[in-house]
Amino acid sequence: MNKLKERAKELLTSGTVQVVVGYEKGTGERIRPAFITRPEDADRLVFDAGCHHNLALYLYKHETKHLGKIAVVAPPFVLRSILILTTEFQIEENRLIVLGVTPGDELIEFGSFSEIETWVNQHPVEMKEKDREILKQLSAMNSGERWKFWQNEFLKCIKCFACRGACPMCSCFRCTVDYNNPQWISVGSHQLGNFDWHLMRAMHLAGRCSVCGQCGEACPMDIPVHLLSFQLNEDILRMFGSRAGLTLKKESLLSSFKPSDVENFIR
Amino acid sequence: MFGFLTSAGKKIYAPVKKNGILTFSFTSRFEEVEMSYVQTRLSAKSAAFPKIEKLLKYTIGKEGQSYEEVDVEKFPQVVVWGAHPCDAAAFHPLNAVFTWETRDKYFTKRLENLIVIGLSCTSHDENCFCTSVGVHPGDTKGSDILLTPMAGGDYLAEIVTPKGQALADAVPALFSAVEGVDKTQLVTKVEKRFDHQELHTKINGMFEHPVWKEQALRCIGCGACTYVCPVCSCFDIQDEGGIFGGLRYRCWDSCGFGHFTIHTSGHNPRETQDTRWRQRLMHKFSYQPQRQEVFGCVGCGRCSRSCPVDMNISEHLTQIMAL
Repeated sequence: MNKLKERAKELLTSGTVQVVVGYEKGTGERIRPAFITRPEDADRLVFDAGCHHNLALYLYKHETKHLGKIAVVAPPFVLRSILILTTEFQIEENRLIVLGVTPGDELIEFGSFSEIETWVNQHPVEMKEKDREILKQLSAMNSGERWKFWQNEFLKCIKCFACRGACPMCSCFRCTVDYNNPQWISVGSHQLGNFDWHLMRAMHLAGRCSVCGQCGEACPMDIPVHLLSFQLNEDILRMFGSRAGLTLKKESLLSSFKPSDVENFIR
Repeated sequence: MFGFLTSAGKKIYAPVKKNGILTFSFTSRFEEVEMSYVQTRLSAKSAAFPKIEKLLKYTIGKEGQSYEEVDVEKFPQVVVWGAHPCDAAAFHPLNAVFTWETRDKYFTKRLENLIVIGLSCTSHDENCFCTSVGVHPGDTKGSDILLTPMAGGDYLAEIVTPKGQALADAVPALFSAVEGVDKTQLVTKVEKRFDHQELHTKINGMFEHPVWKEQALRCIGCGACTYVCPVCSCFDIQDEGGIFGGLRYRCWDSCGFGHFTIHTSGHNPRETQDTRWRQRLMHKFSYQPQRQEVFGCVGCGRCSRSCPVDMNISEHLTQIMAL
């Protein structure tokens, strides 16, 4: 962590970057995103297993870009998100310095996005045990039981869109739910409207989720909404042999066609 | 009391744990009700300002078009049970908004039908800051009857309003006179971090201050803070239906959303997140006190607890006071 602080200080002092997006201590035991713009503030940076926010979401916001060149502190899920966002033309390599920290507290400064690609492929990430367990239970249910499970969960939804806000892949300047002519997705938080929203979002994230789990983490009503995307990711791996966030190849899974794809449903 | 109210046909809205979340919910079973808690996830505001308020039904047919408004006279009699003083106090600023120039019949009818049985706070957490915004843990504001837990399982009951008196008169056996109780010893002590009147004076002149940009950088622009807030009152009106008819309702909306203020022309007067964050704080601590003589915050701390990125409101306000 000290190396991280030192490097952040250097980058800011030399003017290489104008802001370091990282983590700091928040209220009580909480960790929160931090925007360090002055070298003397770099000491506020922390890095540990509690750093769960997916900072990639700030990298394309004009509020952040407006500050100048950015350095970002990147746990593995941020690295994967950076690759996805690069393939979607949301991040430019020459405007970003990526600082990774290994579990052994070693600082890795990635020279290029290709190096990130190599690193994430060498360091596969496992889902949390708790998430794996719930997904297993959900897979064991029949479709009626699963429907009930989600019905019960979505009852809690208040449509605050914290899931969308916390997700770097929700990068649309205008979200489908914000279109009102016609209003594709109900605005109100009623049963149909809640289903509309969560299923639309899950489909939109299919094959694009970096499996950071931040949508579920952000939910003020504790809906495990991340599991929808996690399951879709598993399905996509099974059906297409592809995982999001491991490649810089600019081909989106759901909008590219391969003659070798198994598409039994079309026949 | 609970039994009397349910048998009298009142719907009771109380802190209940559902799916692992403590939140206000309609219940008829007292054993479900949590009488010792710091804060519920959602506030009690839904009792008068629900997340969806149906306004009218319309039909389009061969005979032409017609609509039928929701009959507010059919709104139920509701008792908010066990709301902490912050939530009870919040009905006042809500009422100020919904009766400002135009009297909103839906809100005012629901409020008229409401009895608030408050519950003083015997504990608090790091996010509570009611004493900084003019509310305190044993505050009677907004309650019709305020209950304060005493040793031995009894409650000190303060009859605050005629509504509360009428209720107490209906079940006299439940009340007995008591003297010499020092309520300040029974309630928790919430440290005062700033003075809301001083904050109001200060924040009035801070529209162009760079602090908003700095504070708002990590805000992700969701509506969690506004939806859990007992005072936030912004809403959207939606028509939903098919070819032959539908429903008009209003639902919660949030100034944190990027498209909240977008104009038909495409122009957005609050283009960036800092202007939206500024709006949230200025509305609560500058505009509402100026125009409606109420503060838009009761210090419940829900926005800080629910914020995915720890936009701690009392910390930010304390920072503003130190500038």
